[in-house]
Amino acid sequence: MKIAISSEGNTLSSKIDPHFGRCPYFAFYDTETGNTAFLINPAKEVTSGAGPAAVQFIASKKVEKVLSGEFGLKIRSLLESLNIEMQHEHDKTISEIIEQFKNQ
Amino acid sequence: MKIAIASGKGGTGKTFVSTNLFWTAQHFGIPTTLIDCDAEEPNVREFLDGEEQLVEHVYQNVPHIDPEKCTFCGKCAEYCNYNAILFLPENRFIKVLSDLCHDCGACSYACEYEAVIEQKKQIGTVKIFDFDGFSHIIESRSEVGVYSPVSVIKKAIKEADPQHLILLDTPPGISCPFVATVEQADFIILVAEPTPFGLHDLKLSVSTLRQLQKPFGVIVNKSGLGNRAVYQWLDENKIPLLLEIPFDKDIARTYSEGKILSQENEAYRKIFQQVLNIMMHTHWS
Repeated sequence: MKIAISSEGNTLSSKIDPHFGRCPYFAFYDTETGNTAFLINPAKEVTSGAGPAAVQFIASKKVEKVLSGEFGLKIRSLLESLNIEMQHEHDKTISEIIEQFKNQ
Repeated sequence: MKIAIASGKGGTGKTFVSTNLFWTAQHFGIPTTLIDCDAEEPNVREFLDGEEQLVEHVYQNVPHIDPEKCTFCGKCAEYCNYNAILFLPENRFIKVLSDLCHDCGACSYACEYEAVIEQKKQIGTVKIFDFDGFSHIIESRSEVGVYSPVSVIKKAIKEADPQHLILLDTPPGISCPFVATVEQADFIILVAEPTPFGLHDLKLSVSTLRQLQKPFGVIVNKSGLGNRAVYQWLDENKIPLLLEIPFDKDIARTYSEGKILSQENEAYRKIFQQVLNIMMHTHWS
């Protein structure tokens, strides 16, 4: 399964970003291969509709789960209609979050 | 002639000044129309009554995508500048997010398969009230959750009789609703509060009006509050101070009771009349 995590930076020691739509990076983690990739969020600087644009970006990477601090109302219904599961996390680093998935 | 009554900061007294100028002008026999352009929170009618004459609904087009005709080429989403079309080619997923749509029409222009159908969505209402047989009140009111009230405001301004003295009670701030209102005006009255916050927002309004190259003057409301910084700044920048209205409990009481100061108090009626004279004189000269 592929998961996306909103990230403040592009390293494993970066913290999860509390905002979904305008986070600077997304960390993509593949639970099967154990690979992690950091990609710039193309939606972070758009004038309007950052949330939907970020949904489009992560959905195009075929993720099944997304972790962030917050998801807006419109975003929640969009992610649900795309069958992408949402999980709230705060203050943790990307590597700490990935560890949780390794231990499952 | 169109006069906009505006301010950067909310709560400085735009509606107080607009309703008093309206009452004074019509009292002295000038056919006047007061337009409540604050479509997101109209309140002029809390103070001035009138008989409803006309109700017009304002619509915008929102695209709907016909799943039978759509080929999932993605051109509509590519043309949309507002991220209002969510498109995932591999999932064969396409969805219009109507809250983000600006009704620019680019998606229907882009579509080569006639799959984009424009549907009407009501975004607001314009109501015209007859005040006394000669003067009118026009209220713009946008629906809750509408992205921009600009088209509702424009429609309201269009409805005014061009022969009238037209007063525009402008939305606060300096964003699109403010610009859409003041750009229609021949003269702008900025209502300011003599406080640090008031001065900060006055500067923003002035720099916007200068870019728009519009003539303006300032009414200081609640004078006696705060400090002298607003007056010094007006002086240094050679901006005309049209009037000072004192920070006075009686004025506040009259306003809170939904009454018009100019109607209740003859001294103020004369003062508002002078303001009208100054502006009409500035315009004609």
